[in-house]
Amino acid sequence: MKVLAVVEQRDGALRKVSHEILAAARVLADTSGGAVDAIVFGAGAVSGMEQLGGFGADRVLHATHADFALYAPDGASATIASIGAGYGAIVFAATAMGRDLAPRVAARLGVACATDITGLAVEGDVVTVTRPIYAGKVLQHGRLTGATAVVSVRPNTFHPAASGKAGSVTALAVPAFTARVTSKGVKKPDAAVLDVTEATVVVSGGRGLKEPVNFKLLEDLAAAFGNAAVGASRAVVDAGWRDHGEQVGQTGKTVSPQLYIAVGISGAIQHLAGMRTARTIVAINRDKDAPIFKVADYGIVGDLFEVVPRLTEEVRKIRSS
Amino acid sequence: MKIAVCLKRVPDTTAKIVIGASRTTIDETGVKFVPNPYDEFALEAAIALKEQAGAGETTVIAVGTDASQETLRTALAMGIDRAVLLQSPGSADGLAVARVLAAELKAGVYDLVLFGKLAVDDYNHQVGAMVAELLELPCITAAAKMTLSGGAIEAEREIEGGVEVMGCTLPAVVTCDKGLNNPRLPSLKGIMAAKKKPLDAKPVTLEAASFEVTSLELPAERQAGRIVGEGADAVPALIALLRNEAKVL
Repeated sequence: MKVLAVVEQRDGALRKVSHEILAAARVLADTSGGAVDAIVFGAGAVSGMEQLGGFGADRVLHATHADFALYAPDGASATIASIGAGYGAIVFAATAMGRDLAPRVAARLGVACATDITGLAVEGDVVTVTRPIYAGKVLQHGRLTGATAVVSVRPNTFHPAASGKAGSVTALAVPAFTARVTSKGVKKPDAAVLDVTEATVVVSGGRGLKEPVNFKLLEDLAAAFGNAAVGASRAVVDAGWRDHGEQVGQTGKTVSPQLYIAVGISGAIQHLAGMRTARTIVAINRDKDAPIFKVADYGIVGDLFEVVPRLTEEVRKIRSS
Repeated sequence: MKIAVCLKRVPDTTAKIVIGASRTTIDETGVKFVPNPYDEFALEAAIALKEQAGAGETTVIAVGTDASQETLRTALAMGIDRAVLLQSPGSADGLAVARVLAAELKAGVYDLVLFGKLAVDDYNHQVGAMVAELLELPCITAAAKMTLSGGAIEAEREIEGGVEVMGCTLPAVVTCDKGLNNPRLPSLKGIMAAKKKPLDAKPVTLEAASFEVTSLELPAERQAGRIVGEGADAVPALIALLRNEAKVL
């Protein structure tokens, strides 16, 4: 099966998730005996595209257009659709871009799209997927029976393997398209912030923090880890303490970090649904009967205002040694 | 301005989900159903836009069984003018649903079509964008802010590490994220009025899907771990476990 991996760039550099997309594409190509093409959109050269061969791309297709400096939904979907029928599968990441782009491409090709998948296989020439639904309360197993299987893979699920192989970069013709929607740019926060879905470590806070200003404790802990993002429970997002973008749970984000630290979060069913696939879960809560301890690998019962600063101090020591 | 909102009836997010006897659907016994929470942002946006304009018509459309009539009445009670139910058991295939919605929307000739960014049952996150492609309309997904002036929409959507500002002109499709507004609750007067508002139910046939569900399964329960200790004194033991046992530090 020929597989197309739609990788992502921002500001002229490939995003880390691109290597995960290739890892997922490789699963399909290797089990069915096929090759992987990676498609890169850019206004010009994209830093990192020469190295995609080392992450599993047999060929790198470079689509350039002035509009591709920013995300251009119509141009990107028209370009992918122009070559898409030649592939058995098209793999996106379930990111802001992939969630927007994959269904557009699927609709143009007249095939189904499986979003946010965590498991992928080929049976005969049919792609089978596993995807969490109901925010992870249920796993759905399904088959994509169309000519081309369009999937988006959950970040932090497929692990990149570097081979050091080279991949040749070929220019890909961009078909004429109508830009019905245009990006007017990206507003960035003052400091670079990792997204909870992509961070290796997530430190989340709930009502136990008592006041919005106390999230500084979690920001400090996240900074001590270095590769961490701050998350939040629905209660504190609904109270306006934190942005919705940080919400973990059924009406927020589903995360799968290596380490999830729940601070002052009791563990409502809709929150547990959003973080149960984390590799290791730590809970810090003063209530020893809080449901969060039923899913946590390690728990500390106690006052978070004493425990968290101590934890930050210890993590800082390790990270600086 | 004519605005349409596409609505889905879903289990409440607090519901415990049990897999049904067929293994491909959930057991709906005792489950409370609600309008999809993200669709409520779309309903509120439609009602507010009509209020601001002082004119126009708002329509809510659902694909579902007759059980969805109650969900549509909730939307009417919030202030939507009329409802359409496309009677069908629905499908796990987003494109099959998008096709019947697109046909209905095309016939209605709307200026703005609103969706929730995803439905909290199947998490497909795709029907809005697919409908836009089928109708060849501009589409902005997951809008957390939206302004409309002179027939042009500017919307902000959260992306990893930033906010993307997108623009397009009407007619258009926008899918709505949390943050867009605070959906109103139906008033008693609204609930009474909703009973008299038009609800047009008609059967539709969904095309054979190219995504089929083979089975559902409950994820493995996480094993409860251990309480490492109490208070700040337990931190060194936790650090040791994270380094040596979990190997995540």
